[in-house]
This record gives sequence, C-alpha cells and structure tokens, in this order.
Amino acid sequence: MTRKKKRATATEKTGARASNQDKSSGNGPGVGKKRFRQIVFKDWCKKCGICRAFCPKNVIGQDESGGPVFERPEDCIGCRFCELHCPDFAITVQEIHTDPAGDLP
Amino acid sequence: MPQEVTKLIHKYLRRDKKFPHVWCPGCGNGVVLGSLIRAIDRLGLTKDEVVLASGIGCSGRMPVYVDFNTLHTTHGRVLTFATGIKLAKPSMTVITVMGDGDATAIGGNHFIHAARRNLNLTAIIINNQIYGMTGGQFSPTTPYGSKAATAPYGHIEHAFSIAELAVTAGAAFVGRGTVFHVQLLDRLIEAAVMKRGFSVVEVVSNCHIQFGRRNEMGNPVTMMEWMRDHAVTVGRAGEMSPEELDGKFTIGILIDEEKPVYTEEYDRIRERAGGSDPAGDL
Repeated sequence: MTRKKKRATATEKTGARASNQDKSSGNGPGVGKKRFRQIVFKDWCKKCGICRAFCPKNVIGQDESGGPVFERPEDCIGCRFCELHCPDFAITVQEIHTDPAGDLP
Repeated sequence: MPQEVTKLIHKYLRRDKKFPHVWCPGCGNGVVLGSLIRAIDRLGLTKDEVVLASGIGCSGRMPVYVDFNTLHTTHGRVLTFATGIKLAKPSMTVITVMGDGDATAIGGNHFIHAARRNLNLTAIIINNQIYGMTGGQFSPTTPYGSKAATAPYGHIEHAFSIAELAVTAGAAFVGRGTVFHVQLLDRLIEAAVMKRGFSVVEVVSNCHIQFGRRNEMGNPVTMMEWMRDHAVTVGRAGEMSPEELDGKFTIGILIDEEKPVYTEEYDRIRERAGGSDPAGDL
C-alpha cells in the first residue's frame, strides 16, 4: 500500500515536471502529438502477456521476470487496449497534458 | 473515456486486503470486473445502491473484491437470493454474477424461471465453456468435440447457447459480449443494469488453463485471438450467409423489449388486495 501511494505521488511530480520541460526543450518533429505516460503496478501484475501481445504499436517489451516494460513510451498512441484488457488492473495510461503555449513556435 | 481508467477502478475495489486477486494470470474474470465497475461508474450509482451477488465457481469470487453490498451464495442459487433481495428492497440495483455451469447446469431451473418472471435484475454470465475451478469438467456450454477432463477423447454432447436460452425464456434484455471486445462489453453491461426487467449479459471468456490447454489454446492471447476471429456483430451477421456464420458467434444486443416488471405487478396485486404501503420497502 505505502509503495503504491509513493509511486502515485512520484508520478504527479514527474507530470508537473514534464510540462515544464516541454516549454524549455522546444519542439521536435512530434509537435501537437499527444503523449502518454504508462505506469505498471508490478505488485499486481501476473505477467499474462495480454498487453504485450495486442499492443498495436508494439511498445511493450518484457523484463527479465517476464513482466511488461514500456520500451518506447513515445510511440504509445493512448488506445488503452492494455489498460482495458489487463485482468489485474495493473496498467495505467495517462495523457501528458502539455502547456498549450509551449507548443507555439 | 475517463482519463485514468485504472484509478477509477481502484476507487471501487477492496484493494487494501484482497489484491492481487485469486484468478489465474490472464483470466477473463478480471476484465469483466473492470467492465462492470466502469459501467456502474458511468451510471452514477453509489456503492451503497448496488448489490453484487454470486454463486460458486471462479466467478463467485468477484463480490469479494468490490466495495458494494455483496453476497456470495450457494452453487447455482444466486438468482433465488437475488430475488429475495429485490423483493425486500426494490430500490436496490441487484446484479448477479454467474459462470456457465453455475447459471445453466446447477442453477438452470432458477435461471429460466427468473427470466420468465421478469424481475428487475441483471445477470452477468461468464461463459468460459468449462468448469474451471473444480478441475475442467465439461459444462453445458462446452462445444461438441472439444476436450475436457471428463471428455478426454472429445465431448459428445452438444452445447447450448446461454443468450438464446435467455431470449426464449423471456428475458427483457439479452446481450452477448466477449472479454476481447471490452468497449462493447462496457456498453452491454451499462444497458443491462439500466434496463427495467430481467437482463442477461453473456460474456464469452477465456479459461486457458482448463479449457484452452486441452484444446490447443493454452494461453490467454490465443484464446483472445480466437474471440477476435470468431465473434461477429449482430448487424454484420444479418448480412452473412449461414455458411459464413458457421462456427462463429454473434455479439451485441440480441433482444431488448419492454415487459411488465415483477415488482411493479406485485405492488399492484398488493394494492388490489388491500395491503398497506405498496410502494415502500418491506
């Protein structure tokens, strides 16, 4: 429980930081493209492999224990197939909301 | 689609004590539970307004995990308990979860008569085509020719369709979904809970441990691919020939009609007989 809480607050912080970074780092080729953050609750994951097998962009790989790893999170299109089909409620996909002003040239 | 689906689901779970849940890795029951929670959230029901009751089997574990009013009853009898709850507390939203064996073999009689009586209940029937928890014996929905612990040379009986049985028995709403077509399943469960009358949602699910392993589909991915390749929406099935539909099954809403609901009829009878407080809870 405590681990999960810690993780949740950590992501909130990184979320805030991500939007700051967008302003400073300028805009690459992916301007206007939605970006997503994926979180795996390892305590609940049973490594069934559904998320990895059906990901339309093949974003998900495997760690040494067989669990899912989001190898190319920037390619995630946010379809949430993994989140909706995870029988163990172990995956969350969140949209990273960028500051609209940061996208201007 | 809510922004953080999993966060929403965690809101309804008894997550402090019971997780990770007891189901096998990749089991469709977890997907159904997620669908049910999203449907209830979208309908705006509070945890106290909902009763989730179950019978015996893997699906019977489902009420353990959610923070509604919950009841885990005897094998096949969940609809009888649910009938009692609905008659005593007509204001409650009563949802039952059953497996294919629980609903149509052990509780087959209760199932057809609950459908005929048209009580305002929702029955979610998870059809994994086998008795999973007890070791893989064939159930009334095990397909002809497939293997089970009690049919090692292939099953010689023919399966029946739960959804079509429910239509024939007189249910007001019948839908069929799969754990692969999750968004359809969300909508079916939402419509079923909202429906006034007996509503049935048959969910084709995967038991890759007891059914799949004996039938060359030994993991959840191959079973979900099977669902993807063999499910046809009701609309598309209308345009297909019987040969094309051979071996496929339809998904979507099979029937949705208005019928007098038992509790309302019962209130009217009480009024006619001169009883007191016909509308209130007992």
